[in-house]
Amino acid sequence: MFRAIKFTLSLLAALTANLSFGAWDDLNMSPGATQLSQEIFGLHMTVFYVCLAIGIAVLLAMAFILFKYRKKEGVEPADFDDSTALEITWTVLFALILIVLAVPATSVMIKAYDNEEGDINILITGHQWKWQYEYIEDEVGFFSNLSTSLDKRNNLAPKDENYLLEVDEPLVIPTNTRVRFLITANDVIHSWWVPDFAIKQDAIPGFVNTGWTYVNEPGVFRGQCTELCGQYHGYMPIVVKAVSPEEYSTFINDKKEAKIQQALLTEKLWSTSELMEIGEATYQKNCVACHQVGGRGIPPVFPSLVGSEIVMRNKARHIEILMEGVQGAAMASYAEQLTEVEIAAVITYTRQAWGNAETGDGKIVIPKEILDYKTNKL
Amino acid sequence: MSAVIDSHHDDHHHGPAKGFSRWLYTTNHKDIGSMYLWFSLVMLFIGGAMAMVIRAELFEPGSQIVSPEFYNQMVTNHGLIMVFGVIMPAFVGFANWMIPMQIGAPDMALPRLNNLSFWILPVAFGILLSTFFMEGGAPNFGWTFYAPLSTEYAPPTVTFFIFSVHIMGASSIMGSINIITTILNMRAPGMTLMKMPLFVWSWFITAYLLIAVMPVLAGAVTMMLMDIHAGTSFFKAGGGGDPVLFQHIFWFFGHPEVYIMILPAFGIVSHIIETFSRKPIFGYSSMVYAIASIALLSFVVWAHHMFTVGMPIAGELFFMYSTMLIAIPTGVKVFNWLSTMFKGSLTFETPMLFAIAFVALFTIGGLSGIMLAIAPADFQYHDTYFVVAHFHYVLVPGALFSLLAAAYYWIPKWTGKMYDETLGKVHFWMSFISVNLTFFPMHFVGLAGMPRRIPDYAMQFADWNMMVSVGAFLFGISQLLFLFIVLKCIYNGKAATTEVWEGAKDRGFEWTVDSPAPYHTFSSPPSMESLKSSS
Repeated sequence: MFRAIKFTLSLLAALTANLSFGAWDDLNMSPGATQLSQEIFGLHMTVFYVCLAIGIAVLLAMAFILFKYRKKEGVEPADFDDSTALEITWTVLFALILIVLAVPATSVMIKAYDNEEGDINILITGHQWKWQYEYIEDEVGFFSNLSTSLDKRNNLAPKDENYLLEVDEPLVIPTNTRVRFLITANDVIHSWWVPDFAIKQDAIPGFVNTGWTYVNEPGVFRGQCTELCGQYHGYMPIVVKAVSPEEYSTFINDKKEAKIQQALLTEKLWSTSELMEIGEATYQKNCVACHQVGGRGIPPVFPSLVGSEIVMRNKARHIEILMEGVQGAAMASYAEQLTEVEIAAVITYTRQAWGNAETGDGKIVIPKEILDYKTNKL
Repeated sequence: MSAVIDSHHDDHHHGPAKGFSRWLYTTNHKDIGSMYLWFSLVMLFIGGAMAMVIRAELFEPGSQIVSPEFYNQMVTNHGLIMVFGVIMPAFVGFANWMIPMQIGAPDMALPRLNNLSFWILPVAFGILLSTFFMEGGAPNFGWTFYAPLSTEYAPPTVTFFIFSVHIMGASSIMGSINIITTILNMRAPGMTLMKMPLFVWSWFITAYLLIAVMPVLAGAVTMMLMDIHAGTSFFKAGGGGDPVLFQHIFWFFGHPEVYIMILPAFGIVSHIIETFSRKPIFGYSSMVYAIASIALLSFVVWAHHMFTVGMPIAGELFFMYSTMLIAIPTGVKVFNWLSTMFKGSLTFETPMLFAIAFVALFTIGGLSGIMLAIAPADFQYHDTYFVVAHFHYVLVPGALFSLLAAAYYWIPKWTGKMYDETLGKVHFWMSFISVNLTFFPMHFVGLAGMPRRIPDYAMQFADWNMMVSVGAFLFGISQLLFLFIVLKCIYNGKAATTEVWEGAKDRGFEWTVDSPAPYHTFSSPPSMESLKSSS
């Protein structure tokens, strides 16, 4: 048996040597970028060392017993089966260790649960399968989607450092500012986790959870959704960019400006080819996950758009679906998520592409129609 | 005339009927126990095959062999099958075989109920597995089936899943009623509660846990059913319902459930360690009290699975403290096992190897459990591979190793034949190495930030995941060897003695009857005097 243990160890050593393991940082939690995350890291290490010490003590004691008391000729086993004193001793010992752990845990817990309002408050909404960020005070917002290409995911292109941890538009926050996050969801439960902030809060429909952070140094911080939320659960990363307060106010002003520009675009005269171009890009970004690249979907859950009655001949219902979503199905409303131009363009695109224009009525939709739909609803 | 009737009587009641109807109509605890065990072995290979698909997909970053949607179906059904189809029925199988023999009873108290509780299980799993061939695919919302992913956003097959869970629950409840009735009414004269073998004690408590929480699970799935088909809004935020309510109900069932999967293991391991230490178990009564306190505590710790749902701080602290308390009785058990071996005369047959590995690796799982109990640190651990590592450490080298240990320990008594000791040891070492290769690196990727239940992952997790996958494939292959060893034992094993293990006849009634145990064991109750060490 001891030869077998030696063999095991050498096998493990060989395996470890042959695989190229990256940094040793990959073995442990990151201390993170905020005071809170560092305190939680410190707590983690304290508990870890206590557990490691207990583990090593138990395993060594066990190894000793297994070796020392293996069956030998002429040695009779003892027959004691009880020792109240001993049992009370170790029960008390366990209780003391637990109290030692509970004290720092309680104090860190109280710090993490500080619910005071932030200097900046950001509403985070989880959607299948993207995050929406809204800056409550400044009334601007956007959606943040995974930007890793399908080619990389399907092993057709080389993967790089931030594979699956990159987004089209990161959440931007200022340094040296108390930022509070209000976290909720629009469909199923998601969970917003940025390890460097030590924030993991479930995003639950009908609930608003909170988390807060105070970042000292500029930097980029990456995280992922950590609650199973459907088939693309693994594909909704979080990227937070902390910038100086000056850079942050430029960012917010640009966002406000863009919002005004966007409104003006609905007044412009649009050609079919302009709409098709924007529509195709919008479709690739927002629709392919379910309706697939060729528009054929994955029936019955994700219906095909090719040859669909609505796409070919029912323009009014087509607009309605994009604006309202479909009750009881996976199709969500895109009224908030896309601009009027993008919605008009993607409808136009799907009505024109894949031979739909030839078999159907091929009607295009202009941004003004979407704006009117919104206005009439009010 | 009476002579004729007597001979007629003799013809009939000695040995089972022949053919398939023996198994379909049987009310014999040994037949039913065997069926439970074979069923769970089959399910182990089905659930294991799903694990192999998962590990093949995660072998390297990037999409490998299945779609994300099918991956979720694999994750979900792997969990459901391993929990409800492998660990639980296997323990019920051991209960059926061993409880009557250990308490000196002729059979279970309610043999027909026993037959029913087994035979509805294949029905339940037939329904669950049939969903793979239905439109929309099998359940894909994780074995914890959190609403609204499992209600408003579920595939249509969720209704079959609900029905299947109901049947599993009914089976467990009937099985538990039977076990409690048997233990309370059919013990040999002189076997007081505090003289019962520890396996019997552990099942006695487990059965109460099952009766307490299975109806809660049934309630949860019924509310889901109503939300899906009857327009109610228990868990629908849009209708004024509460998605977090689902998690509270689920984990009120779920936490006792995880102890249902480990308490009988404590009983098994205690027997094996005392037999191969040739020394009575240390601290029998504290073992019993420890099992009972773990069971009681399991009802007040459920929300430690929910530290990130946004509970008030009082809730976070309460569930943190109550969870930490569980470490006390668990630690007592580990120290008692060590003390049993201390100054013993140890030999290392296959059952003992698995039992020792159980104690060592369950301790690792228990210690990561203490880390997870620390609520603020859990913000970083929750729903990462650290959790996956933790619960696989307590369920695979924990529960599953105890089942393998028990199979090697008692199979000579069941079949009357010895398994191949060399092959058994090969099986142990292969399992032991590969189980650690599989689950230990999961701690690392979890701490480094890899979420669970994802079909693809970032580059920094690649090396460890490949190692985990290699370990998992090895572990899978090792269990095929177990099947071979069992078949070889049944068809080609050397005859076993009555005592089987040196000195075992003092340690339980099962070692006083012939090997193989007769079809009907005790027609008159055995005497406690026949067990020397039972004083």
